Amino acid sequence: MSPAPIFSAFRQALGEAWAGGAGALLPLGFFAGAAVLVPLGIGTDPATLRAVGPGILWVALALSSLVTLERIFQADTEDGALDLWLQTGAPASAIAGAKTFAHWLAAGLPLALISPLLALMFQAEASADLLRNAALYGLGGLAFYFWGGVGAALSATVRRGGLLISLIALPLYVPTAIFGALAMTDAPGSDSAPLFLAASTLFALAVAPFAMAAALRLAAD
Amino acid sequence: MFSWFANPLRFMRLSNWLAPVCYVLAALLIGWGLWQGLWIVPKDEYQGGDIMRVMFVHVPAAWLAMASYMAMAAMSFVWFIWRHEVADIAAKSIAPLGAVWTAICLATGSIWGKPTWGTWWQWDDARMMSVLFMFFLFLGYMALRASMDTRQKAARAGAILAMVGAINVPLIKFSVEMFTSLHQNASVMTADGPKMAAVYLWPLLASALGHTFLFAGLVQTLMRAEIWDRRTAKANAKLMAEG
Amino acid sequence: MLTGVASPLLSASGLGMIRGERVLFTGIGLSVEAGQSVVLRGSNGAGKTTLLRILAGLTRPEAGEITRNGAHHWFAHREGLKPHETPRTHLALWAKAWGSSVNVDDVLARMSLKRPADVPARYLSAGQRRRTALGRLLLEDRPIWLLDEPYTALDSEGRALVLELIDHHLSNGGGIIAAIHGESGFVPANEVVL
Repeated sequence: MSPAPIFSAFRQALGEAWAGGAGALLPLGFFAGAAVLVPLGIGTDPATLRAVGPGILWVALALSSLVTLERIFQADTEDGALDLWLQTGAPASAIAGAKTFAHWLAAGLPLALISPLLALMFQAEASADLLRNAALYGLGGLAFYFWGGVGAALSATVRRGGLLISLIALPLYVPTAIFGALAMTDAPGSDSAPLFLAASTLFALAVAPFAMAAALRLAAD
Repeated sequence: MFSWFANPLRFMRLSNWLAPVCYVLAALLIGWGLWQGLWIVPKDEYQGGDIMRVMFVHVPAAWLAMASYMAMAAMSFVWFIWRHEVADIAAKSIAPLGAVWTAICLATGSIWGKPTWGTWWQWDDARMMSVLFMFFLFLGYMALRASMDTRQKAARAGAILAMVGAINVPLIKFSVEMFTSLHQNASVMTADGPKMAAVYLWPLLASALGHTFLFAGLVQTLMRAEIWDRRTAKANAKLMAEG
Repeated sequence: MLTGVASPLLSASGLGMIRGERVLFTGIGLSVEAGQSVVLRGSNGAGKTTLLRILAGLTRPEAGEITRNGAHHWFAHREGLKPHETPRTHLALWAKAWGSSVNVDDVLARMSLKRPADVPARYLSAGQRRRTALGRLLLEDRPIWLLDEPYTALDSEGRALVLELIDHHLSNGGGIIAAIHGESGFVPANEVVL
């Protein structure tokens, strides 16, 4: 089997993610908007904001992944691209994984990259920790995208699938959110949290593509 | 063994007498367990006084919340591999009941928690959090099935989700335990912990077994209803086709 | 070049399909040999598209067997064109995915898509989108073509083009299974009525 279809699926998804909705700007806008609402809701006390900042960014990251994932497989079923991808002879799991990875690259990674900026707005000290945290947001975002991708594939044929994706993905997001937020505190056990985060992301990368493949075959059926 | 149960006719014959037996056993066991639990056994002041008697509903509900999700995932797996229709009907029927027992577990936990912890909801109780996520897994499963346009698609989508959920449950539990162990205040409450006095053990076991029988009976009744429903739909479709 | 194939390119027997509780069809069998075409007939909702999807391996039949000797092309209502793709990028992408060395410019010329070659699909007319998708058939030589309503949204010139492609494919020893509602424009070797 040639890996060419997998690369092509990746390229098409990247183009689609970039073209649909002003490139990475739309998810970035959503991410920043969701985060910026928080001080309006809970007040501007610097100590409070510093304490909740990292967690708020995890929540905003989870929400924006759900919002951007809604269409990734639904569009494929509507325009017929899914039928073509399923007939390339390449494993559907690899195609689904490549597409999800492309969407993370286009919409998820930019969020991690601007997280230091938002962290500063949440009164974090400017230090190398912000870059480390950005890497953790990137890593955790990957798990969000893959589990969310399972929800997106399962609801690919459902009208108003976005609500369904959220309900399906929420319990699957729990370990990533916990390990990720924990890694950014200085609580006991937070040293090992990045490792647990990495492990749970690897678990998502290993398992989710097969679930997506089964769900996509169902969507095409 | 699966194939033996997989025959809907055999299931109908079996459940025809087995479901009522389950109900009778459930009534006896729950009745005895509650009578013992509510009136006979002494109250435990360390567990909140009389309110601890809610344990005789709460603990069985917690057990069924976990067990029913695992049963649903197992049935989904059987359906996914062997395509036995009865397994899908079982998974579909377990879901709403599992959600109800999970909700009972959460509600009784809250009611017990208010006087003992001073709060309706304790974020740093790992069991409570796990059961909450279980509740969401059930809701997602039911919502997904309901949004598929044919029963075959509902079965496939539901099976995929139930299996994905089941392999995530250990990770969710582990992460939640890690989360709560960091935030834990010293809590006196260990609902089913080693501090359990022996006097509570028998009523609790009877109650748990009774709830299990009640659950089993209700699953069978729902499955019978579903089988009748599918038969009716098939018969209607046949009538329509014949014009 | 595809002549001399002894067994049929594609054969199916005993195909049956159920949607919900509705039996779409049962006991459908068909076979396509090199240079032959089969047209699927039936009223709306009879299951022509479903049967084609089963033959393509997209939909799992409730019963029956399918044997394919060779790869197939798929051309259906939904073109598989993304709004941001142009005819050129779309064909180039699939040429790459399939490892084809066919010159995309030649295909664009053949499909009369020279002028809109670099226009994103969301600005193309329905006919231009259909032509782009038809262009995929020329990217790689595949013995079996599965066509679902190939004439939809095409003008008379487009129809003539499709007919030309079909004739050419058949005379090269290819096989075609097409679901066509109205005039087929060619004489099929077989018709399957659903």
